[in-house]
Amino acid sequence: MLSFLARRLGLLIPTFLGVTLLTFALIRLIPGDPVEVMMGERRLDPQAHAEAMHRLGLDRPLHEQYLSYLGQLARGDLGQSLRTHESVWSEFASLFPATVELAGAALLLASVLGLLAGVVAALKRGTPLDHGTMGLALTGYSMPIFWWALILIMFFSVQLGWTPVSGRLDLLYDVEPVTGFMLIDTLLSDERGAFLDALRHLILPAIVLGTIPLAVIARMTRSAMLEVLREDYLRAARARGLSPARLVFVHALRNALVPVLTVFGLQVGSLLSGAVLTETLFSWPGIGKWLIEAIGARDYPVVQNGILLIAALVVLVNVVVDILYGLANPRIRHRQ
Amino acid sequence: MNTPAPLAAEPAWPSPLREFCRAFARNRGALAALLLLALLVVCALLAPWLAPFDPAVQHRDFLLAPPAWLEGGEMRFPLGTDELGRDLLSRLIHGARLSLLIGLASVALSLAPGVLLGLCAGFFPRLLGPSIMRLMDVMLALPALLLAVAVVAVLGPGLLNTVLAIAIVSLPAYVRLTRAAVLGEIHRDYVTAARLAGAGRLRLMFVAVLPNCLAPLIVQATLGFSAAILDAAALGFLGLGVQPPTPEWGSMLASARDYIERAWWVVTLPGLAILGSVLAINLLGDGLRDALDPKLKNPD
Repeated sequence: MLSFLARRLGLLIPTFLGVTLLTFALIRLIPGDPVEVMMGERRLDPQAHAEAMHRLGLDRPLHEQYLSYLGQLARGDLGQSLRTHESVWSEFASLFPATVELAGAALLLASVLGLLAGVVAALKRGTPLDHGTMGLALTGYSMPIFWWALILIMFFSVQLGWTPVSGRLDLLYDVEPVTGFMLIDTLLSDERGAFLDALRHLILPAIVLGTIPLAVIARMTRSAMLEVLREDYLRAARARGLSPARLVFVHALRNALVPVLTVFGLQVGSLLSGAVLTETLFSWPGIGKWLIEAIGARDYPVVQNGILLIAALVVLVNVVVDILYGLANPRIRHRQ
Repeated sequence: MNTPAPLAAEPAWPSPLREFCRAFARNRGALAALLLLALLVVCALLAPWLAPFDPAVQHRDFLLAPPAWLEGGEMRFPLGTDELGRDLLSRLIHGARLSLLIGLASVALSLAPGVLLGLCAGFFPRLLGPSIMRLMDVMLALPALLLAVAVVAVLGPGLLNTVLAIAIVSLPAYVRLTRAAVLGEIHRDYVTAARLAGAGRLRLMFVAVLPNCLAPLIVQATLGFSAAILDAAALGFLGLGVQPPTPEWGSMLASARDYIERAWWVVTLPGLAILGSVLAINLLGDGLRDALDPKLKNPD
């Protein structure tokens, strides 16, 4: 197990160095004057321009610039936003819980409904119920989620007036940000009804973001269940007279979960892609919206190191999933 | 003199193509998808003749006219008009042309280098292979849409850059798939036989091994095609893709956002066009997978 861990973590180093190389190159590939790009200032006089070049280290050879960028990162210095002059790290840290809350709710929805749909479809294989569920799953998988969001807003928010259109909480409520997770903060505060309001704000974005993972999980669960249901040990369990519910949920589903777990890891990247769109649409103050706005405003320090932080996040989650997977399945752990 | 008895007729093996067609035709969903796709291709090819109007012409007297079957609808504009009085049907038809073009171009632009890199990664396992795969790991560490957005931030928005961004984003999938397929084939007897017969490395790569890796690649290219349409629409929706007034489905939705309360057709129809074409292509991909590659088939 230790050597598996070491091998898996060892692979992280080149990946992470590669990502820094990418974000380092990104900002230098942008056409235009690098001082203007980095400082966000235009038409400086030549003197000030040269000074800025020197201060930013842009007059040094590229490999030195890259090494000093790495040094900066190692010291935890991610630069400052050009717009707010706050450090990129503190902006990220304050917005990150909103994204985690949204993604967590989406993933919860997706896994509960997806597992259920997959199990039902597998058990009722070949029936109209199976075909219908899988047809819906393929539709969900093909969904342009930014359009799906507009449709849901049009129906539930505009027509029925059930849910708010944007944000995380009504301005009416004054809630102290303790954890950054609105559902928890509203429970901690003594504002009445704030928790329900936060929930109403969360539900539509979570449905939108959860749609594609839901479809993927349903499809994966169905095929994994169909594999498992053919195995001898299930026939043996049935012969021992176990109740069908116990058979399905304890014996079959547990083993079918192993491939489904991988999907979780693979979904983190697409979940964050989806978060970019979902947050933009629902004015959800998370890191996806933050990055898109930074790109629109040419706030390059935020773009550069925001992308770096997200890449680090994706890589870490994938490692954690890999390790869990290795724990669950010895065959993976010992593979070279 | 006795003539040798005629040999028993060889058993008639169905040709691979016919076998594929038969397997594919059993899948009714895939056939329906093929029909829908054919309609889309016809729309794309004949857009200037099929569309009743020029997609950019603004009919200033008919802003946000509802579809023809609704009260206040005009027969001239079967699906209504948008906020600038442009005929929605014409814009949707021209949008099909754009979406298919982006899909085709970005699949071609990522399939060719992806297969090449994957072949190299499989055939040179010492130094080149691992370096290629680490590079792909780096690209996979970035969420696809975010990487595409970053590429567009460098290159600037527009049709060509959208295609490039999507091609770059989908590269790792082809590389990994090709490499995995190559590693599965390279120790087979037929490859060894070809090598012993004196086939050079290039011949081994492209003539011996590549044709046997095609099935998963075809399936992945189909999925890549639908993903490209979705990504292009998402970029357009974020204002980073094809720029208005070009009738791109995603950017049509972006401008429709403001009319969500009074003109459902400008919100609903472009999205239905995206969903319909992506769904058709994915159905086709499922059908292709089942027919081409029994190993990948969902048991059912």
